[in-house]
Amino acid sequence: MSRSNPVRVAPRYVAEVDEGGLGAVDAVRVSDRKSNLWLDAWRDLRSRWMFWVSAVVILFIVFVALFPGVFTQVPPNDECYLSNSDGPPQPGHPLGFTKQGCDVFSRIVHGAGTSLSVGIIVTVLVAVMGIVIGAFAGFFGGWLDSFLMRIGDIFFAIPYVLAAVVVMTMFLHERNILIISLAIGFFSWPGTARILRSEILRVKQYDYVMASEALGLSKFRTMFTHVLPNSITPLIIMSTVGLAAAITAEATLSFLGVGLPNNIFMSWGNDIAAAQGSLRTNPLTLIYPSIALSVTVLAFIMLGETVREALDPKARATR
Amino acid sequence: MAWYIVRRVLQGIPVFFGSTFIIYSMVFAMPGNPILRMFGDRTPSEAQLAALEAKYHLDQDFFTRYFLYLGDILQGDLGTTYAGQSVNEILARTFPTTLRLAILAVLIQLIAGVIVGLISGLRKGGIFDSTALIVSLVLISIPVFVLAFVSQWFFGIELGWVRPTVGPGAPWEDLLLPAFVLAALNFAYVVRLTRGSVIETSQEDFVRMAYGKGLPKRRVIPVHILRNSMIPVTTSIAQDFGILIVGATVTEGVFNVPGVGNELFRAINRHDTPEIVSIVTILVIVYVFVNLLVDLLYGVLDPRIRYVKK
Repeated sequence: MSRSNPVRVAPRYVAEVDEGGLGAVDAVRVSDRKSNLWLDAWRDLRSRWMFWVSAVVILFIVFVALFPGVFTQVPPNDECYLSNSDGPPQPGHPLGFTKQGCDVFSRIVHGAGTSLSVGIIVTVLVAVMGIVIGAFAGFFGGWLDSFLMRIGDIFFAIPYVLAAVVVMTMFLHERNILIISLAIGFFSWPGTARILRSEILRVKQYDYVMASEALGLSKFRTMFTHVLPNSITPLIIMSTVGLAAAITAEATLSFLGVGLPNNIFMSWGNDIAAAQGSLRTNPLTLIYPSIALSVTVLAFIMLGETVREALDPKARATR
Repeated sequence: MAWYIVRRVLQGIPVFFGSTFIIYSMVFAMPGNPILRMFGDRTPSEAQLAALEAKYHLDQDFFTRYFLYLGDILQGDLGTTYAGQSVNEILARTFPTTLRLAILAVLIQLIAGVIVGLISGLRKGGIFDSTALIVSLVLISIPVFVLAFVSQWFFGIELGWVRPTVGPGAPWEDLLLPAFVLAALNFAYVVRLTRGSVIETSQEDFVRMAYGKGLPKRRVIPVHILRNSMIPVTTSIAQDFGILIVGATVTEGVFNVPGVGNELFRAINRHDTPEIVSIVTILVIVYVFVNLLVDLLYGVLDPRIRYVKK
């Protein structure tokens, strides 16, 4: 229809409230604000103090990880003098020194990057593996589903920190951030895959999926444009909490001595492990990195918690 | 019920083979000749090498070795450490202590968790509930080794209430602090699960019915609400068993509890690969069996679970 066409397009008809009968049922209040799951969730999130606290803490940690130079000029590893061993705070060294004479504050600041990198790499890895495996199992069903889920059962049966311990023992001489992330991520995807699969099984039954197939869209197209975007919510929640779990796992592995090498990488888990010898004499060198680690993990868990409550109407109802 | 047991046991078999196979293949992928490592700096003769390779089946192919290894495990031979100690002896010595610690921890987390969860669920939205939720979030966030060190320093050194490390023979009173640390890991999950379950059950018709026919709260809460809310909590203990295993490794290491976890902790520190792999394999097998047992128990507790939805 060209613009010059004289046929008038009828204006959208909005029924009067007092019209009565079926007309009123059809009426749409176009003046109302638009609403969808994400807008609702955002309105819900905005009103929660826990969301704002965790968001601010996370942004701050990201800033510290990206720009450690803003907070400290002291190199975390290169200026360690044994004469400073377990020393008290000095000007320029606000939190004192470790047993090796390194600056505690600088090591904590530089450790943020390590923790966040591991957390993000593991989360992306787990999300990708979980989406691919869960989506294929849930959408195509049949023997592929059974096969993939049995594989998931097998990986689920190995506690991922223990598996990572074995992997890291194998790679003792080439430990780095990528290897530790792979070691953690490779054994923690079954939970995500299971949840995504059950969500896809639920979404698959909806009419719009059948409509999409009836319109002739391929199975893949249907899956990626209609099923997956509608099943992604639980994945977001799991990823936030999973990021916290990955940070904890890295710290635990480093604490056990199979994580990142102490002299190359700054890791809070390493610092805590190194400080255990001075627990009686200088407990603060242990407490400071512990606080940094716990606050970071808490921020991500709190964020996951608030996002879960905002996105899950059932949780909202039982509150 | 018989069918449910058969089905569940059959499901467990591939998991058992698969998980042991994964761990075994990871070790197989390890570079370097383990026989040469046994000799350290010395160079063994060809004859010695051949004899040892035959003894440890290193001349066989990968799958044969896996099944020989599995056969050894099923016959109860778990191998030896670098130092030549039998892993069987190590486990026999350390397992009872770990079992005592785990039982203590599970009891603490269950009793405390269910009580707190029940009160939270019955008075949801109240001050107790909000406090419990925030405390449980904080507890989930503190890594177990941080909690272990901080409580060791605070209760053991600053206050001096307990011995900071466990004494010889691991008496029960020394195990109390490590057990509390271990229990704190899953306490939060038990609280949240109980709370959610109690809230859901309280809205059921049979609870309204029980109140309606005039039963007092002291009968409705324990018999109608709590008993029906315990089903998901029971399974969660099996799922959280993995956290318990890792937690026990760290806690026993910190408090020097002479248990399996401590043995693994030390083996990791020494980089004693054979011992690490043997202990991890055993722990994974125990984990698979505990999950199987709890699933069967679940079938007993909740008859609905026995029927398969097609």
